[in-house]
Amino acid sequence: MSNVPHIVTSVLSGLTATVEAALGGIALTVVLSLVAGLALLSPSRLVRGIARVYVEIFRGTSEVVQLFWLFFVLPVLVGFQLVPLFAGIMVLGLNHGAYGAEVVRGAVRSVPKAQYEGAIALNLSPAQRMFRVLLPQAFVEMLPPFNNLFIQLLKSTALLSFISAGEIAEQGELLRPVFGADLGWIYATELVLYLLLAILITIGMRALERSAARRLGRTPPARAKVFASAGGAG
Amino acid sequence: MNWSWQAAVESLPLLLKGLLVTVELTLLGSVLAYLLGLALAVLRRARIPVLSQAIWLFVEFVRSTPLLIQVFVLFWLLPSLTGFKMSAFVSGVVALGLHYASYTAEVYRAGIDAVPKGQWEAAVALNLPRAHVWRAVILPQAIPRVLPALGNYTISMFKETPLLLSIGVLDVLYQAKAVGAETFRVVEPYTMAGVLFLLVSLPASILVRRLERRRAHSA
Repeated sequence: MSNVPHIVTSVLSGLTATVEAALGGIALTVVLSLVAGLALLSPSRLVRGIARVYVEIFRGTSEVVQLFWLFFVLPVLVGFQLVPLFAGIMVLGLNHGAYGAEVVRGAVRSVPKAQYEGAIALNLSPAQRMFRVLLPQAFVEMLPPFNNLFIQLLKSTALLSFISAGEIAEQGELLRPVFGADLGWIYATELVLYLLLAILITIGMRALERSAARRLGRTPPARAKVFASAGGAG
Repeated sequence: MNWSWQAAVESLPLLLKGLLVTVELTLLGSVLAYLLGLALAVLRRARIPVLSQAIWLFVEFVRSTPLLIQVFVLFWLLPSLTGFKMSAFVSGVVALGLHYASYTAEVYRAGIDAVPKGQWEAAVALNLPRAHVWRAVILPQAIPRVLPALGNYTISMFKETPLLLSIGVLDVLYQAKAVGAETFRVVEPYTMAGVLFLLVSLPASILVRRLERRRAHSA
């Protein structure tokens, strides 16, 4: 029992890296999802093709393999090593961005066709059509799947322990050889931290969902407030 | 850029050996996830007080925390608490099965909810025993609907198995690492490992997509 405070503070010291990895990964995911998602809807065959290749490669291979590739193979090819946390953020963003691109594409395509026709009738330019009419309506549809995707991403930050990014899971594994008798405390601390972060993400996304729906004059559907239980793994 | 085709080809036998282990893990893990998820979904639906809430809590907890930590708990913590030790491979299968059961439970729940209410009412009117209603009326309608979703989770599981190298399961990535350590060439084994994943998961996704389309047409 006397080791418990030390264990908790040691695991907690990884919280900054986990949060940085998650936030960085989420930011990159959002950007890549939008860019690749809109590219998937492009009238140009070339643009669509490039986006499709990106999405299929990152959805078709394992995230751990992508991490190893970026961290161990890329330095050999280009001659410089990425900082572990940065490499981790890149992989988290690239991988989940590929899943997010499909979410964006699906949400834009789910906007009623009359909206698109109305925008044409009003003589809006293609950019105005997309950014003023279609995307704002698709945005609300995207939020629940993105909530799941972000929680998936949060859980994936644990993989960064493979490249020594100093996050929660790695801090815990560093303790394991020394505090073998207190393994329960190590893993309980880690699990509670991940659970709390996941709940924080869901609360944030729910708030976003409500405000986005209100802006469109809709009432958001009632849902459980704490856990994101719609879709699931990528 | 220094890609060597020879090194790539030479790494293949070990990688394929690892791929076999990865596929075994995925298939066994899937069977466990399918069965356990179904049990969880049916039990939750029975609305037994306390048990129903406990299942809900378990499902939400498992799906909100990383698979990697759950693997560590099964492999390191469980033996030290109970003295019951599983091999790395078995720990991996159990962890994958448990983790994905929390997803498949939701999938089955959606499938069961989609069975029209009249089916339940007719079963009650016919005075069928409860177990019989599930076995002969509800599940035969619910399960075919959710097969594509279950297939997608199997593909996700396939892509998550490499994290089991952390407890020493001899999967594709573990073998790629071993080849790299032996030959001092990392580019080829890791790239080939990625290619192998693509070669398995792309056809598998196409298959699931086809299954989805067929269900959509027949429904």
